[in-house]
Amino acid sequence: MSRQEQILPHGQVLRYTLRERITHWAAGVTYLYLLGTGLAFWSPWLFWLAVALGGTQVSRTLHPWAGLIFFGSVWYMYVMWAPQMTHTDDDRRWWKALKYYSTNQDDKMPPAGRYNAGQKFLFWGFFWANLLLFLSGIFLWAPQYFAWHSLVAMRISVLVHAAAALFTIGLFMIHLYMGLFAERGAFGSVIRGDVSIAFAKRYHPAWYKEIAGEAASPRK
Amino acid sequence: MSQATLRVQKISGHAGSVPGQDTQREYTVCKLIDTTTCIGCKACEVACMEWNDLPFGETVFDNTYQTMPETRWNYWNLILFNEHERDDGSLMWLMRKNQCMHCGEPGCLAACPADGAIIQYTNGIVDFQQANCIGCGYCITGCPFDIPKMNPKTHRVFKCTLCTDRVSEGLEPACIKSCPTGCLHFGIKDDMKELAESRAKQLRDYSNFPNAGVYDPPGVGGTGVIYVLHDATQPELYGGLPKNPHVPWSVKLWKGPLKWFGNVAMIGGLIGLFVHYLRYGPKAREEEDLATGPRGGRT
Ligand code: HEM
Ligand code: SF4
Ligand code: SF4
Repeated sequence: MSRQEQILPHGQVLRYTLRERITHWAAGVTYLYLLGTGLAFWSPWLFWLAVALGGTQVSRTLHPWAGLIFFGSVWYMYVMWAPQMTHTDDDRRWWKALKYYSTNQDDKMPPAGRYNAGQKFLFWGFFWANLLLFLSGIFLWAPQYFAWHSLVAMRISVLVHAAAALFTIGLFMIHLYMGLFAERGAFGSVIRGDVSIAFAKRYHPAWYKEIAGEAASPRK
Repeated sequence: MSQATLRVQKISGHAGSVPGQDTQREYTVCKLIDTTTCIGCKACEVACMEWNDLPFGETVFDNTYQTMPETRWNYWNLILFNEHERDDGSLMWLMRKNQCMHCGEPGCLAACPADGAIIQYTNGIVDFQQANCIGCGYCITGCPFDIPKMNPKTHRVFKCTLCTDRVSEGLEPACIKSCPTGCLHFGIKDDMKELAESRAKQLRDYSNFPNAGVYDPPGVGGTGVIYVLHDATQPELYGGLPKNPHVPWSVKLWKGPLKWFGNVAMIGGLIGLFVHYLRYGPKAREEEDLATGPRGGRT
């Protein structure tokens, strides 16, 4: 993305391109479905979710297909974002200052780039859990098609799948909390694509400096 | 499988109480298989197919009597033929009628997530209700005897019903009725246990089988199908009958500690975030800090 074009009229900054937003929502919508149907199979107390989501057998049939789309979209995020997600010294300092972040004293935080260290953690957490969910999920889906299929592998897959899903649920709850409640304006960024300059300066000052700096300098 | 008029004491994937639990008046039923008098005639296999109206499937020929390696979704009862060389060099045939063991603590039922897909009647029979089955295959991971099998077309799992439909009408299972040597017996568990023990004693005392004994593994809460074996110290010889079967540790871990940990973590997480919001609120209020003029363009 060429930086100059990220400064929009009316004090807004472009944060996510259309391609990024579509990818985000392909992952988000399928994740919600996977979460609902998965939790239905996780606990008898939530089995009604599978009924509400179209029927128990339908849920079992569609869960793996939704899983494929989810896997593909998270993989594409990796393609788009992996270079921006590398851990830096600032990130190390960010983790040390976590208590200021979690108590809303953002002025005491080291300046974050396009992604702060927590967001990077979320990304990598989802990336690795996605791999585990995919491998174990494929195996649970149709074990009979694998020549090396064995009961032992199936038993391990059930455990891995449930544990990885739980891990993502933890990430997901924090993700929703931050995006919907804590950082007002973040939700709009994955819908409309833009955030206000105030938002950019407040939560991603290093990123804002980068684009504002480039916007000020002549086009190359 | 069958619509039997029996009370239910355990239901898979079920939240809440179970109608028949602790209302037991009936006796636990049991099938006794005396492997020492089985001649491998397969009459029981045919009777099972006949009574349950199962379609005939392809068999394999590998120069033995073993027509297929294991039970199938539509073949619930299979004689396993095992050649065994005794210490004195003589050959012995160990034949075992293999089918669902109707475990007291069924691993299949423990693993199943679907409400009512697997039930255990108060008489001990474990029965799959295909109408409720979602085809996830979890039961397969829970069974220590590798019994439940998936119908690849309908994605529902099938296995021996212990002829629930016959038993609920006061009849013996079809296999029992067909056995020409009388090596199969059916009755209440206590009686079958007694009969089995007396047969094992007979084998020990008069037939030179000092290790003869009864197979009723306690690890799965005892079974509704028990065997008399020539050598109860080596059940593996009979086509891989596990010596000390139990619900797999993976299933116990998954349905036990992992479930508890997961539920506590999820509920705790939700409460924690909610309280955090009550305490700290949003990082900034949109009206004050962030809304700077009308919305800009988009890409
Ligand atoms: C990536 C591709 C995925 C595939 C191929 C896949 C496949 C499967 C399969 C075959 C099952 C067995 C039961 C069923 O079919 O519903 C299952 C269960 C489950 N899935 Fe997935 N899944 C995927 C992703 C996910 C994701 C992203 C989540 C996140 C919430 C998830 C959560 C669950 C849960 C909670 C269960 C039930 C586990 C249990 O009963 O303990 N799955 N999955
Ligand atoms: S496949 Fe087995 S575990 Fe899954 S719903 Fe059917 S009976 Fe239950
Ligand atoms: S033998 Fe397997 S299928 Fe039969 S009751 Fe036991 S665990 Fe279930």
